[in-house]
Formats: sequence, structure tokens, C-alpha cells
Amino acid sequence: MSSMDSYEKLKTARKNGRPTGSAYVQEIIDSSLELHGDRRFSDDLAIMAGVGFLGQYPVTFIAMEKGTDLQSRMIRNFGCPKPEGYRKALRLMKQAEKFHRPVICFVDTLGAYPGADAEERGQGQAIAESIMEMMGLKTPVISVIIGEGGSGGALALASANRVMILENAVYSVISPEGCASILWKESTPENVAKAADALLITAQDMKKMGIAETVIAEDFENFSGMCGNLKKKLIEAVEEFSELSEQDLLEQRYRRFRKFGVFNEEKKGFFRKK
Amino acid sequence: MGIINDFFRKTGDSVKNTYQKMDASVKITCKKCGYEAKGYELIENSYICPDCGNYYRMSARDRIALTTDKNSFKELFQGLTSKDFLEFPNYQEKLKKATADTGEEDAVVCGKAEIDGNPCAIFVMNSKFIMASMGSVVGEKITRLFEYAIEEKLPVVGFTASGGARMQEGAVSLMQMAKVSGAVKNHSNAGLLYITVLTDPTTGGVTASFAMQGDIILAEPKALVGFAGRRVVEQTTKSQLPDNFQKAEFLLEHGFVDAIVPRPEMQKVLAELLILHKRRV
Repeated sequence: MSSMDSYEKLKTARKNGRPTGSAYVQEIIDSSLELHGDRRFSDDLAIMAGVGFLGQYPVTFIAMEKGTDLQSRMIRNFGCPKPEGYRKALRLMKQAEKFHRPVICFVDTLGAYPGADAEERGQGQAIAESIMEMMGLKTPVISVIIGEGGSGGALALASANRVMILENAVYSVISPEGCASILWKESTPENVAKAADALLITAQDMKKMGIAETVIAEDFENFSGMCGNLKKKLIEAVEEFSELSEQDLLEQRYRRFRKFGVFNEEKKGFFRKK
Repeated sequence: MGIINDFFRKTGDSVKNTYQKMDASVKITCKKCGYEAKGYELIENSYICPDCGNYYRMSARDRIALTTDKNSFKELFQGLTSKDFLEFPNYQEKLKKATADTGEEDAVVCGKAEIDGNPCAIFVMNSKFIMASMGSVVGEKITRLFEYAIEEKLPVVGFTASGGARMQEGAVSLMQMAKVSGAVKNHSNAGLLYITVLTDPTTGGVTASFAMQGDIILAEPKALVGFAGRRVVEQTTKSQLPDNFQKAEFLLEHGFVDAIVPRPEMQKVLAELLILHKRRV
């Protein structure tokens, strides 16, 4: 465990001035071209996606973008995607599959947008479809959690062959605020800190539980250098997964998630698992 | 086909097997209209209030008794119980209370069964167990059921109800969404049928995964189905939401449900769908 506690990490992960999705795309993806729209309803700017090169490899990138000042945050809906954002992402993932391009996702969201319009257009269905189709995508998928990995809205772009996480990023099933208000009615800073501790949300916790394989060191003073390191790790992963057959690639992804679960098991009952 | 006769015989069994206490001496007050239903009256009426038509929430066992053929249900993957591996505040107490209240090991019951003579794998979530939140046990049992159904070439019928992922298990509960989805995808790739029945309430991480992944998605009338909670949506949108917001009828109107099926017809509709999807030679 690092010296920073969970609550400090949470604040760091959300800090203004922390690089957002598009900054990583700019540093890591060469000759990137943004592609817009879900072809069904509209274009959700909380997710920016497109094609470009990762080193010598053509890739599809999908990045959540929170915005960097008030105006861009409004335009980006503070990085909270709506169903059309997930549908755009899925459209481009399917396109990547068609052209055998690896998919690189940069995840950074408080959570999927909880508005009435998002519910009307099937937020749950959009996320469900994204996760299910990602689990069957016949091309390598690598996700990097760069800030906040907020619940199902983050998992919708992180059902990947490998998950990397920045050292001060967080990943959680529920926001510590939400958790605190359920547990103790009030989400005071003390309660939020307690909830953050109880939930285990830090990058180091994720590494310990195997929910992320790689923790990426942060150095925002030398952002290019830091991204150079991340890019190297992404290229290694792309090369590693590109060597697998389609079937092995899918099997690897299935096994990766199949192993999660901690429970007691007492053998009994009519049928038994072989 | 004698569906109606079978139906009454079966529900009679349900009294004996699971709700022994639900005889004439037990009165259950309808939360909507205040009508005092006698236990057997509710059972005969598919757990719908005889006075106002309000749908009662059902336990997993009662649902199985109501939906599957008599003596056809064989439970699978028993013996899995939740572990408080994060030492999360009050989780152990919650688990103990839920187990005592329901007599169940966790929030889902899985097995194989026949519906009007048609075999299927079935899971039923139990909202009486910590709001059927999805932790490791729920994720593991449903995943195993899909894996079993692939091996046995069986369709899956799933009754969903859930408050969402079980926060007491942290990010591990979040991972269950992808784990189950992977199994659903493999089952789908094998050309097998998956029918979901959305029951009140189905929300959060369950809506955002296997509840919405069925080939055919049915819902019970007025069932609450959504991703975000109504209060959160109200705060976000800062406007009045329609009365039927996130109700089954709202989802049907917006294109997210194939059909709303009244509870007394559910068995028949499921049987017809299973027959329709039987493989031809």
C-alpha cells in the first residue's frame, strides 16, 4: 500500500488539471482521426473515439473525456456517457473487429450519466450490450483506467484482455459518496473516506485482486515521458495478444473474468460441478 | 394442454413445500390498497392482490413453483455462500439476517426444470435476500448455469430482480457483470435461447448486464426496471418524472422490452417460446 490513503487517491483521481482522455490519445496515438456518432441517435462527446497508429500498429481508440475547463466540461457532460456514447464505442469496436485492429480504451468517468433521457434511451441496455459484445470481440482489447473507473459505466469499456491502471486512479463498484449515504445516511467527508477505505478502490488494491494487471507510474510534470512508458506497455500487450488465435484470445478474456469471485463452497446438492 | 389445471395443482404444492404458513389463518395486507388477503387466496391468484391487482414480490421458490412443472425442478450449485472478504461494515449481520429471513443461501436459485414439458435451465433472483444484490455467489451461480446450459444444450430462462451489484464485495461484485456476460455470450454463440423476465425491481448492475442480454426480454406489468435510481435521476434532471418512469410499460414504449406478460400467463408464454425455439431436425 502506498502512503496515500484511499480518500486522498479519490481526490487525486478527480483533481482538476489531471490529464483527461484526449491528452492520452494525443500523446500515444499517431495520426489519429476522430470518428463521430452512433448512427442511431447522436454523437456523445463524453466519449471520443477514432482510429490511428499505436507505433506501427493501426488501432481503434476509445477515450472517455471529462473536459478541462467549465465550457468543455459542459460539452463533454463531465465525462458521463449516455447510451449513444456506449453505442458509438460499440460501433467502432465492431469495426475494429472487422479490420482486425486492436482496441485501446482510456477509461475515466464518475459513472454512466444518470439522467432521465439516458434512462429513456436504455442506459442499462447500452452498457449490457457493450460488455457482452466486448466479451466476444475477436480482436485484442486493452483498457487503461486513467482517472476514475466509475462502476458499470467504466466496465462497459473495460471488459478487456488486459486492464492497466494509473497509480493514483481508482476503480469502484459504487462512488464512495453513494456508498456512504447508503451506509450512514450522510456523505460527510469522514464517511466518504471510511467508505473509500471499505470498498478498496485504489490502483494498488486492483492489482492485488487481479482486477488490473499493470499499475502505471504517474509523472504529469513529464507527461510525454510517462505516456512513452504507457505506450511501450500498450505495444507489448498488443503484440502479445496478436499472437493468439481468435479462440485463444476469447478464451483468455473469458478466463480473465471467470476467475473473479470470493465465496464459501460446500459440496452438496443434486448436481455437482465436475 | 391442461395448463390451468396443472397450474392450480402446482400452486397447491407451493403451499405445502414453501409457504406452509400461508393457510387461511395468515393474512397479508396489500401495500397498495390495504386489502387483507388470506394466504391461500394470494397463492391461487398468482400472488396478485385479489382486490386491486397489485403484484406482490415473490420468493424464488414460489416463483419456481408457479412457473415450472410439478416435481420437475432440480436445484443446481447449492452450497455456495457469501464471504465477507473485505470485512465490510455490517455485511456479516446482513447476510445472517437474510439467510434467517429467507432460508436461502444467497440471492439466486438455479436449476433445471421443465415448463409445460419443455426442459430449460432456470435462475430466479430473490429480492428478499439483500434486495437480490449481485455479489460473487450470484455471479458464480448464474455463470455456472450458463456453462451447464451450453454443455446440456439447454435454453436459459432467467427471472431478474436486483438492487444492483453488491457494494459489500467492492469491485469484485462489479467484475461479476463481465463474468456473467461472458457466459451469456458463449451461450448465445452456441445458438441457444435465453429469455429474461424482468420482475420488480430490476436495477443497476443487473440491468446493465444479464437482465438486458436476453434474446427475448419479457417483463411483468408495472415492474420497476432501470439503471440509475429514481431519486438520483430526479436530482440529475431537476424535473418531474412521469409516473410510469422506469416501469415495464415505459420500457415497452421506448423499445427495450419485447412484451409485458401478466403473471398468470407467464408459464404459457414461456412454454410457447421454448417450443418455438426447439431445434428442427
